[in-house]
Amino acid sequence: MSKRRPYVRPMDGWWKKNPYFVEYMVHEGTALFVAAYAFTLLVGLVRLGQGEAAWNGWLEALKSPLSLAFHAVLLVAILYHTYTWFKIMPRTLPPIIVGGKKLAPATITGGGLMAALVASLVLLGLVWRIAQ
Amino acid sequence: MSESQKTIEIEVLRYNPETDQAPHLQVFQVPFADDMSVLQGAQYIKDHLDGSLSFRWSCRMAICGSCGMMVNGEPHLSCQTFLRDYYPARVRIEALSHFPIERDLVINMEGFIDKLESIQPYIIPKEKRSLAQGEYLQTPEQLNAYEQFSSCINCMLCYAACPQFGLNADFVGPAAMALLHRYNMDSRDGAAEERMELVAAEEGVFNCTAVGYCSEVCPKQVDPANAVNINKTNAAKDYFLRFLSPKGGSK
Repeated sequence: MSKRRPYVRPMDGWWKKNPYFVEYMVHEGTALFVAAYAFTLLVGLVRLGQGEAAWNGWLEALKSPLSLAFHAVLLVAILYHTYTWFKIMPRTLPPIIVGGKKLAPATITGGGLMAALVASLVLLGLVWRIAQ
Repeated sequence: MSESQKTIEIEVLRYNPETDQAPHLQVFQVPFADDMSVLQGAQYIKDHLDGSLSFRWSCRMAICGSCGMMVNGEPHLSCQTFLRDYYPARVRIEALSHFPIERDLVINMEGFIDKLESIQPYIIPKEKRSLAQGEYLQTPEQLNAYEQFSSCINCMLCYAACPQFGLNADFVGPAAMALLHRYNMDSRDGAAEERMELVAAEEGVFNCTAVGYCSEVCPKQVDPANAVNINKTNAAKDYFLRFLSPKGGSK
């Protein structure tokens, strides 16, 4: 009879066992903040559809100290999500060959962050002009 | 051991299937020298302190892929990990994570071998070629397309780094998928459509959530995460393009 009895270790709390996994879980967790912000904007759209009073009520609610604090937290979480998103991007893209050479991971990450920054600034500029 | 001899504590996860219900830690005092690898530490224990300690090793130079183990919770080849990087603190060594433990530091790799077989890890030529037609020719660019993915030494560190494999042992996993990609990318091969069935299957690439740690721990810079994620795109393309022109091996 075989003396073999392979032992399978439990996976409980696996993500706490390595700093790399903690960072991964924080990255995945911050996606909820991205969703929360999208939901906030969606509520604004619904309120707009309900008429002027509802829309103004939503605008007022956004100005409350609680809402401002919430948005500050959202901003930090979304910035972190953006950073870790582009950090993993070189691992998820097919090789990009430029001038016969594979593009370096740092260039891909840097390019992604740049694109996010430019897109944010363009959007901010547009909203700014509309608000004038 | 002289009085002035420095020692380091090595804590080993022990498991004897004949006597133990579960693994337990045991600490050994090992004479320390600057040039000692973690593997040499384990060998000292086996030779001088406890001959029953079981672990795999062969080449001692990071090419055979046998001596992978968890060193302070991180997957490493123990032959190229040095005790001096931990001294004077205690070092903990354990069998590779996410694999069943056979005994002490020896894991059960049967599942991995099955996965390697399942990806058809050999060139399946596009068309039959007779000897008289001569060898297949390949340009440096065609070689570049797969060379990185052919450097895998089957050490399984990437599996020990992959929580999704830990949570679902059926996941084909990083190394096997990197090897699958290696053959798909080979200009001499014509079986990418056949292999697509496995890529897109329940146990295929979509188990991956892009943790990325597999590529971090790879001692040969294979970047298996890249192979897995490129094949997510390939599987999605195959799925949607099949509506336009039905083909491919996926069911």
